Amino acid sequence: MTDDKVITCIVCPIGCKIKVKTDGKNFGICDGQKCKRGIEYARSEALDPRRMLTSSILVKNGEWPLVSVKSSKPVPKNKIFDVLKEIKKSSIKAPVNLGQIVIRNVSGTKIDIITTKSIKKL
Amino acid sequence: MINLKADVAVIGGGPAGLAAAISARKNGAKNVIILDRNSWLGGILSQCIHDGFGVEETGKSMTGTEYREMYITEAKKHNISFMKETMVLHINKNRELIAINKKGLHKINAKSIVLAMGCREKTRWNVMIPGDRPSGIFTAGVAQAFINLYNIMVGKNIVILGSGDVGLIMARRLKFEGANVQGVVEILPYASGLPRNVVQCLDDYDIPLFLNHTVTYIKGKERLESVKISQVDEKMNVIPGTEKEIKCDTLLLSLGLIPENELSKEVGIEIDILTGGPIVNQFFETSVPGIFACGNCLQVYDTVDNLTIGAKNAGKHAAKNTIYKQNKISNVYAGKGIRYVIPQRITKPGRVFFSLRVEKPQEASMMRVNADSEEIFKKKLLWVNPANMVEFSFDVSSDIVNSGKKLEITLDD
Repeated sequence: MTDDKVITCIVCPIGCKIKVKTDGKNFGICDGQKCKRGIEYARSEALDPRRMLTSSILVKNGEWPLVSVKSSKPVPKNKIFDVLKEIKKSSIKAPVNLGQIVIRNVSGTKIDIITTKSIKKL
Repeated sequence: MINLKADVAVIGGGPAGLAAAISARKNGAKNVIILDRNSWLGGILSQCIHDGFGVEETGKSMTGTEYREMYITEAKKHNISFMKETMVLHINKNRELIAINKKGLHKINAKSIVLAMGCREKTRWNVMIPGDRPSGIFTAGVAQAFINLYNIMVGKNIVILGSGDVGLIMARRLKFEGANVQGVVEILPYASGLPRNVVQCLDDYDIPLFLNHTVTYIKGKERLESVKISQVDEKMNVIPGTEKEIKCDTLLLSLGLIPENELSKEVGIEIDILTGGPIVNQFFETSVPGIFACGNCLQVYDTVDNLTIGAKNAGKHAAKNTIYKQNKISNVYAGKGIRYVIPQRITKPGRVFFSLRVEKPQEASMMRVNADSEEIFKKKLLWVNPANMVEFSFDVSSDIVNSGKKLEITLDD
């Protein structure tokens, strides 16, 4: 493992700067993290970077024209714009409850897109 | 005039108002009213569709909208009365509120008042950018409302001035909606938003961050056509010859937030020029007895988690309806390296929780608290950044309060 990399942890607002050694397949931690979640984040960031994805979906007949949504799990970084395209094509009928699944297995990622807001019917 | 009574009247139904009201109920206040001028509760959380809320408070990461519903459900469970679409016009020292809504004028007699009015965004006129006055210039939060609430896209070619959190979040949001985000321009040598937002909103999408730069001209006849940006020196003066023009149709301003305190000022509450919010003691009580302050009208918080923790304390003390004596006061000052500190006053001995912001990013350094000139507390800080609030607590002795000693907090270089 030759490459030294500094990863800024995004799990919480502190933003620890974690020094890691990685070649993309193997991973060894140096230091800088203040908690265990930092180690997990740094490992996944070095080997398989993912992000929680949030956006919004059109609502038909709702009090508001949009409902906010999120991915059920972090999405691989290289799939983000594929997932966004699918989200853009979708819509949902009011009433909408928080936690409803709008898209299952989005872009073949085995990740669902779920609502993060309730919208009343107009 | 419709007359009402309340144990605690909370002005503002955003996260601070909701948290304060819930806490007031839990601590014995029977009749708690929240007044809000919007038609919905939860304030800005409605448009915060991004993730990262509640981590410190609940251990799991939520979107702002989920965090909002959690608090509204809790507030309903505690039988808090909501007065929506209601504007508070005046408050006075006898803790009477005059408010107006569609039903007419209301006079509310409250045993305690909690101020939770939040803050508003700085505009072009707070920083005086020269040039034309075309359309296409939005504050970042207004653009966020257009896109996330009303489904109205603000533009195609975007420049963002200021690297506050809302600006960073909006850079990513606009990218997701297909806009070309040409960069974030920041006058300081470092980003003013949280590090995690720089990483996941800019770095992830190769959006450039122009540090030590500012917008020096706005050009456009009807719609914005371009902005000129220039480099600045360490004194923030524009360096001649560094100007370059960026073609764009939209400029977002993320210049920082100003606590909203018109009501506080009118009633004669002392305001701290460093925070822009009321001066409070350790019970979140302002200089007017029985009126408490919390949330972003007290100080602009970096996370909603910290904000609601403070607001819950304010609500708890408001519920007790105790009029704390403010005749013995130990004043707290922000010394070298510290931008501001809260509370600014200690009126009773005991454990006091402080929050402060530092002047500039720094590696490991020692924070010290002196009472007059004697050191009474110190804490090693591993890494500090103005974007991250520093919190700590220690016991303040009765000697300090009774003899009115001056507390000064400093940070070593």
